[in-house]
Amino acid sequence: MKLEMTQEQTLITGMVRKFVREEIVPLELNLDPDADELDPADRDRLIEKTKAMGLYGLGIPAEYGGPDIDLMTSTLIAIEMSQHRAGLYAPCYGTFGGAGLAQLFEATDEQKEQYLFPTLRGEKRGFFGLSEPSGGSDPARAIQTKAERDGDDWIINGGKLWISGADKADYGLVFARTDKDKGRNGVTCFIVDTDNPGFHVRRVVHTLRSAHYATELQFEDMRIPHANILGEVNKGFAIASHRLTRQRIPYAAGCLGVAIKAQEMALEYVPQRETFGAPLSSRQAIQWMLVDNEIDIKQATWITLEAAAKADNGEGFRKEAAMAKLVATEAGGRVVDRCMQMFGGLGVAKDLPLERWFREMRIRRIGEGPSEVQRHVIARELLGESLR
Amino acid sequence: MAVRLTKDWIPVSEVLTSLKGNLGVFQFANVQREVVFIGFAGGKSQFGLKGEVASALEKYSDIAAFRFEITTAYHTRYRELLMAHIADHDTLPHYNEQITLGRLSPS
Repeated sequence: MKLEMTQEQTLITGMVRKFVREEIVPLELNLDPDADELDPADRDRLIEKTKAMGLYGLGIPAEYGGPDIDLMTSTLIAIEMSQHRAGLYAPCYGTFGGAGLAQLFEATDEQKEQYLFPTLRGEKRGFFGLSEPSGGSDPARAIQTKAERDGDDWIINGGKLWISGADKADYGLVFARTDKDKGRNGVTCFIVDTDNPGFHVRRVVHTLRSAHYATELQFEDMRIPHANILGEVNKGFAIASHRLTRQRIPYAAGCLGVAIKAQEMALEYVPQRETFGAPLSSRQAIQWMLVDNEIDIKQATWITLEAAAKADNGEGFRKEAAMAKLVATEAGGRVVDRCMQMFGGLGVAKDLPLERWFREMRIRRIGEGPSEVQRHVIARELLGESLR
Repeated sequence: MAVRLTKDWIPVSEVLTSLKGNLGVFQFANVQREVVFIGFAGGKSQFGLKGEVASALEKYSDIAAFRFEITTAYHTRYRELLMAHIADHDTLPHYNEQITLGRLSPS
């Protein structure tokens, strides 16, 4: 076992770190503290830079023109990309592009022509519509949105909640119940065009999060052609489940990046800040907070990287991904909280990014499956059949 | 929470007495009570809503009334109000500059 980065990983993460510090952070000084977008001219200019770096379209498989980077390297990059104010939910403001909806790599050729390729070219946007007002952590049972066959079409009625990007999307993946008696084997994934007359974005759901707000959707007699089913009828849950598992690793990495940056800020601040005639760094209470931060960051980093390594090796990684998500989101919250404490009043002011990280990091313990669900997943993996 | 801002309009002469330094969103109306501008007081606004509304009023001469909503989610609420306005009128308020927005179809 070698616990060090390859030469290529060192080079790439160094490039990304420099990009964040020299290109992104200076722009943020002039943005609203809750901003989630760059000025379009800055965004276009920075996209040209990430393309020149060979890192545009992270997550896109090489056969589709992506940079052919494994999950371990992507995770290391994600840790760097989130080290700025908007980094948790808008890492580098999207200037590294993305794979869009990875589920579409399994689509039919016609679906790829219509949705995947335009998305990879940056011409279309998609959203992922799984969670509903009835719940998000147990989609097999919580999905109440209903799809009924009508000739060559399906009619969808129902709604979704906590859906990011639906208001700006051209299409979305909508999971609907096609067999009410079959639980997880009764859910189908439909590709839905947002200009469909039955598709409505009813409201923005205001939360602690500043970037990539969530929306509430309503579907009223939304007619979808049978050809727009992704995968097979009643096999949608597997599509959703695979995505949820894999997504937990970069989700954890984003939390790590913010925790690392917060700790870096604290380490710079406490030797300078004096109280009662001595620098804060001389106080044991402060030292222990820094130590606890360091341990939290290290533990979460290794667990996250192990999950990425297992996925890259083609091994099962459900348990490790759940552990990464659980540990990194909780550790990230503790680290940011301690750093705010060390900064005192400045820590809670919008002058520094800590207050935004604090708000957004709180969501990370709930989004993509709350801590309790991750523990449930881990317990199920440990206990196997004996639990059922 | 309602998507549209439906509070009573306040005459512009009452800006200084009505507003404090909170974060939030606001709308301006002309004499016909048509919304002509939507703005927000964010983390960089001096004196919050009070400062932001006063400074915006100096830019436009035909503002007759305003209304506001205090919220720390000013960024998302601002966008929601703009999208709701487009849904109702097919266009942004007269004095708002074009920005990238999604589509909303509030009930």
